[in-house]
Amino acid sequence: MKFFISFLLMALLSFVTCLYLPWWSIAIVCFIIAAAIYQKPGIAFLCGLLALFALWAGLSWWISTQNEHLLAHKISELILKKDSPESLIAVTGAIGGLTGAFGALTGSLFRRVFASKAV
Amino acid sequence: MRIFLFILSAAITIGLCLVLHTKMVLAAPLGKLLAPQEGIWQNAEPANENFGADLKFPALTGKVNVYLDERLVPHVFAEQENDAYFVQGYLHAKFRLWQMELQVLSAAGRASEVVGDIALNHDREFRRLGMVYAAENSLMEMEANETIKRECDAYTAGVNAYIENLPESKLPIEYKLLGYKPEKWSNLKTALFLKYMSYDLAAHENDFELTNAQAFFSPDDFKKLFPPIQDSLDPIIPKGTVFSAPKVIPVIPASVDSLYFKKDTATAGEGSKPDRDNGSNNWAVSGSKTQSGAPILCNDPHLGLNLPSLWFEIQISTPGFNAYGASFPGAPGVIIGFNDSCAFGFTNGGRDVRDYYEITFKDESRQEYWFNNQWEKTTFRYEKIKIAGKPDMIDTVAYTVFGPVMYDRSFNGKRNTSDKSYAVTWTAHRRSNELLIFNMLNHAKNYADYSAAVTNLHTPGQNCVFACKNGDIAIRTQGEFPAKWKGQGDFVMPGTDSSYMWQGMIPMDETPFQYNPERGFVSSANQRPVDSTYPYYLGRDYPSPRGFIINRKLAAMQGITPQDMMALQTDNYNVFGEMANPIFIKNILAETLNGEEARYFELLKNWNLRNDIDSKGATIFVKTWDIFQDTVFSDEYANAPSVIMKPWASTLIEGVLKDSAFKFLDDVRTPIKETLSDMTTVAFKKAVAVLLESEKAGKLEWAKYKDTRVNHLLQKIAPFNRSHLPIGGGSNVINATRDNHGPSWRMVVNLTEKTEAYGVYPGGQNGNPGSKFYDNFIDQWVAGKYYPLWMMTAAEQKDKRVHWVMHFSKS
Repeated sequence: MKFFISFLLMALLSFVTCLYLPWWSIAIVCFIIAAAIYQKPGIAFLCGLLALFALWAGLSWWISTQNEHLLAHKISELILKKDSPESLIAVTGAIGGLTGAFGALTGSLFRRVFASKAV
Repeated sequence: MRIFLFILSAAITIGLCLVLHTKMVLAAPLGKLLAPQEGIWQNAEPANENFGADLKFPALTGKVNVYLDERLVPHVFAEQENDAYFVQGYLHAKFRLWQMELQVLSAAGRASEVVGDIALNHDREFRRLGMVYAAENSLMEMEANETIKRECDAYTAGVNAYIENLPESKLPIEYKLLGYKPEKWSNLKTALFLKYMSYDLAAHENDFELTNAQAFFSPDDFKKLFPPIQDSLDPIIPKGTVFSAPKVIPVIPASVDSLYFKKDTATAGEGSKPDRDNGSNNWAVSGSKTQSGAPILCNDPHLGLNLPSLWFEIQISTPGFNAYGASFPGAPGVIIGFNDSCAFGFTNGGRDVRDYYEITFKDESRQEYWFNNQWEKTTFRYEKIKIAGKPDMIDTVAYTVFGPVMYDRSFNGKRNTSDKSYAVTWTAHRRSNELLIFNMLNHAKNYADYSAAVTNLHTPGQNCVFACKNGDIAIRTQGEFPAKWKGQGDFVMPGTDSSYMWQGMIPMDETPFQYNPERGFVSSANQRPVDSTYPYYLGRDYPSPRGFIINRKLAAMQGITPQDMMALQTDNYNVFGEMANPIFIKNILAETLNGEEARYFELLKNWNLRNDIDSKGATIFVKTWDIFQDTVFSDEYANAPSVIMKPWASTLIEGVLKDSAFKFLDDVRTPIKETLSDMTTVAFKKAVAVLLESEKAGKLEWAKYKDTRVNHLLQKIAPFNRSHLPIGGGSNVINATRDNHGPSWRMVVNLTEKTEAYGVYPGGQNGNPGSKFYDNFIDQWVAGKYYPLWMMTAAEQKDKRVHWVMHFSKS
């Protein structure tokens, strides 16, 4: 349940925050949620990874589908050197996921340091 | 331990963000670029994007409605004229912001700010040519005119209204990829854009190359290689036209024979040059030759082909005028188009309006230079060039009475070998107000209005074609041109006194023109404007074949329809081949050819003289001619300096047609005397050897061999380019489509009671590579097809062609 709530909050709050703040604020969002809703570091890492992968891959997939993948064809060729919108979406998800994962891991570890007795 | 793990994890997180946000480790800031809410995904325009909007700005005085049609062409209906320019600026920025700014940065010699020191030579050259100085001079004249000042102010305000409301996530994708942000627009930037066009169209000269050629060749050879007038000349204003006596009679300097026509080699070199084929076709036929009885006007300007395109289609409708056509993102108004009364178009005049003077400085400090028997003070302009990733550079440019010192010891392009200093005089430095022409043409109702409009055109000089619903057609070879003595400015000139300076400008009322000529048409294709009876010197080098074939075809046509005109604009007939191919067929020694060569010779013999897509004969002819030309002159140029003029394109053909024992055919390095047969056979065999490789690669067909492309302005982002386009045409062909250069806007306007117009350009209205409107016109253009140009009326708001509506009003 904790995992599910954290997952949802990380994804949702990251989305809202990025309406106003730069992309790397997702690390802070995941940090705060992982610190507030404690899960073991490994679980928190996984939670951040999945939440932000889902958000970024999902968003880019949605945008790209609306665009009929016109731009993704071009940018995947430019960045990945191969014409594959799916790969570009996956890479996008991975970058978001990795950033979220480390943010969440740091949050969990922070909680362990300062609130070790509570858990 | 726990603290350590936390710190380690925090450090990794911060490090990861840094790596993904900057270019410190990765080649690109991947996190920033791929973040779905701010990166490149935001540029992926939905296929069903709704361009409709309701916008309010304090700068507006009335209402403006913009109806965007299915091709994303805006039809702007404004209650106040200046509001229309505001909205035009807004729309240019909305669809073309990055391109607009890049062109201006390039014009101002600021490209290094964006792309780094690879552009430093370009930037120094443009600063030293005085591009900003020229734009500042023009701006003074523009702003002195109340109408144009208000027009520019409104346009600038419109561009800035868009920029100010542009969130970072919606920046054009190129800003994101290159990592910079747009600046505010200004009237100076509009002036700079116009100077960019002047550079493109009015910077064609070969002064250094010809100076070296004159020093290198004997006077007789020089005259043969660079004849002052081509035989095949069919001038814009037909032969036999009588010109009035000149009002300005330039005096030839007394020292001309000793100091000028037989000067030492000028060893300065030149940097980049605008494309020599920057030119165009335009013509108008009178009602006596058309099926409808109304005049038809046609224009296709040949320029470098890029994405986003130089052109943006627009209709502007105000209480004062209603015009449709191609506009320049970067400037207000319609440039090539039509209004409710008439149509207008341009081809490049191509006259030499940029000359060089050798400056003698007193000493290294360049504070003083020798002029009219005394030391004159120099002024300096300090050009601060910002370079991405490097410290700034200050280039100190000396200004003389002639103009800025462009080449000197510190900067001589890439081919410098001398210590000499050369100042440049250029008509584009002079005060002028080019925007006034377009404002007046957009409003023009008749021939008198057109004439009054185009006399404001100073630089770049253009052949301005005109047709009107009342039946009038006209062409004026307009511009501000120096009245030169014969040979003035062909070579680098002495700069120690005033005797070699331009002594005046050709008066505007001596501009050669044609108004309703008996032959029923007017036309131009960058050929020499007049024959040798014109009392002013016009320089040496103009391309002839396109003008010749256009005039021949137009003269023979009757009952012309717009469809006939489209067919003519896209015609692939190679009139140069008509003149030159018989030379090959007659002289190549067939008995000496091997099997493959004989097969190619058959293809050449059977060539139908058309540069069509699948033609193998066209490829063989073009390649053979190129090699023939190189082979014939290779001995003459064997020991020439690297900076030297190659013979005119017309020299060889006219030489050989006149005299099959043309002097230069003989290779002076061999004991035997080569003949036309020897040289054509050698050239043909060499061409076959090269082309067999092309054939193996499946590229012997003309379009595949020519390989036309329309590249994105940055060139290097391959997925943004359009390559391998199956299109015919080429140099000397009416359809002048080369590999990366050609008809940048094709327009046919039938001036019937309800105007019937057609047009197409190789691009799309939206500069965003993530939009389906980025390059959607290209296939139509390649196929030689046109779109009907819809001159919308206010009553047609509900027409099904209107897909989106933008409402602008005062806030």
